[in-house]
Amino acid sequence: MAREYETVIGLEVHVELATRTKIFCGCSTAFGGEPNTHTCPVCTGMPGSLPVLNKKVLEYAVAVGLAANCKITRYCKFDRKNYFYPDNPQNYQISQLYLPICRDGYVEITTESGTKKVGIHEIHMEEDAGKLIHDEWEDCTLVDYNRSGVPLIEIVSEPDMRNADEVIAYLEKLRLMIQYLGASDCKLQEGSMRADVNLSVREVGAKEFGTRTEMKNLNSFRAIARAIEGERERQIDLLEAGEAVVQETRRWDDGKGVSYTMRSKEDAQDYRYFPDPDLTPVHVSDEWLEQIRAAQPEFREEKMERYRREFDIPDYDIEIITGAKRMADLFEETVALGTEPKKVSNWLMGETMRLMKETETDAADLCFSPEHLAKLISLVDAKAITNTVAKEVFEVMFAKDIDPESYVEEKGLKTVNDEGELRSTVERVIAENPQSVSDYLGGKEKAIGFLVGQTMKAMKGKADPGSVNALLKELLSKLQA
Amino acid sequence: MANIISDETIEYVGILAKLELSDEEKEQAKKDMGRMLDYIDKLGELDTTGVEPMSHVFPVENVFREDVVTNGDTREELLTNAPGEKDGMFMVPRTFE
Repeated sequence: MAREYETVIGLEVHVELATRTKIFCGCSTAFGGEPNTHTCPVCTGMPGSLPVLNKKVLEYAVAVGLAANCKITRYCKFDRKNYFYPDNPQNYQISQLYLPICRDGYVEITTESGTKKVGIHEIHMEEDAGKLIHDEWEDCTLVDYNRSGVPLIEIVSEPDMRNADEVIAYLEKLRLMIQYLGASDCKLQEGSMRADVNLSVREVGAKEFGTRTEMKNLNSFRAIARAIEGERERQIDLLEAGEAVVQETRRWDDGKGVSYTMRSKEDAQDYRYFPDPDLTPVHVSDEWLEQIRAAQPEFREEKMERYRREFDIPDYDIEIITGAKRMADLFEETVALGTEPKKVSNWLMGETMRLMKETETDAADLCFSPEHLAKLISLVDAKAITNTVAKEVFEVMFAKDIDPESYVEEKGLKTVNDEGELRSTVERVIAENPQSVSDYLGGKEKAIGFLVGQTMKAMKGKADPGSVNALLKELLSKLQA
Repeated sequence: MANIISDETIEYVGILAKLELSDEEKEQAKKDMGRMLDYIDKLGELDTTGVEPMSHVFPVENVFREDVVTNGDTREELLTNAPGEKDGMFMVPRTFE
């Protein structure tokens, strides 16, 4: 009988915090600067420079910890993790080993098999490293320290997950929670959220964990799911063949769908952690903790609850809209301008989602303003533009947030309410399509659809389909008489 | 000297610190480290019952910066400390396989 295996997964998630400045110096964290233009003696590890903690980093870390039901370490400090590599100019990374800021939390995840808690072992603060670029021409390595010292939190889970679905649900949960807090945009593709997967397998019913491996270089949910499946199979194959799993760090190649050994336990590093004497301990007082707690935003579950109470929109819409902070903000702000909730929801669920998919735009990067969406909806409500025109205008708004009112005005997209113009167009369409006319008069009521279409086309979409329909019927009935 | 440092230990510490020591230097370093450990062992003789572990030598806590950009671009100046420079970046020996 074939043996059955259970997969045991724990995650280490690094999140880049959305502060303006680095964790220990006043350098900008902005993306896209020329190499080394966001650096100073502190983040390039010059001798004699002194780090000073960015207060906002601590507040974000505590806020995330509170949201993840953690115990906040009221007296915490920083430690040095020693290793030599050119991305780390000080030869040590400032991190937290002995007294991490948060411990013993959990988040609740929901998958098809139900709801469960995933334990959070700890959350600690640390600094990011610089970027290395290999120069083929000179056969050397070039270093850009713009990312050196950018604040990170590392969220370490307990080995509580059992399959890829649970891992994805856990990551989605963290991502939404942190986005709602405004502590990070959590983009896997861009590296502002990075997940390392610790995975082992054991026979179902076994008490002891198997030997685990750590998988790195996972930059999409899809890659994570594939890497988990691949690593589970690899470990089971080894065990079935009577071999042992080696404790090691592996690198996932998503293009090829395989992983490679990066380093094994034998050459595991001795980091010689010790307290950083350049930084003073941090004491989180009762008052400060309460201030941070009081400033916690409304999280997704509470928001969903409130939407159900306040807005007459389907649960499905609520689920999608609250699935991204930016979406929820757009929805609420547009509704606050007096627009009917279901109409706002329709634009977000329909055209917005369609264009996001088409242009591969993340919700966080949606650029159109609630004011402009509200204006567009009221233009449609007032029958100033047709639905077809509205969709065209929205496409432009989606790309560069134009004011729909002035755009419609400029481009002459207003619905033609000129009775004369509409009447003459309809008359012409009737004259040009004798077949459809006689079909209609012969009892084929559907034939009018074609005539409406032809009229709309002739009017370049700027006619109200209802009026066209009515006018066609009126003129056709005269022909019948 | 109560603490005797083995050849293996000094070799390992040398590797961790990326130091190449001559035989004489190794012998000297073994003696120095042994003496340092003896000195630290003295602390063990103290009765520390009820004493809170110390996190820092100064009685100072909560030294913070506000999240405001204060540094401008000082790349030129910083790169004068670089072992080598190319395209505004620090040039170091090849680190990739």
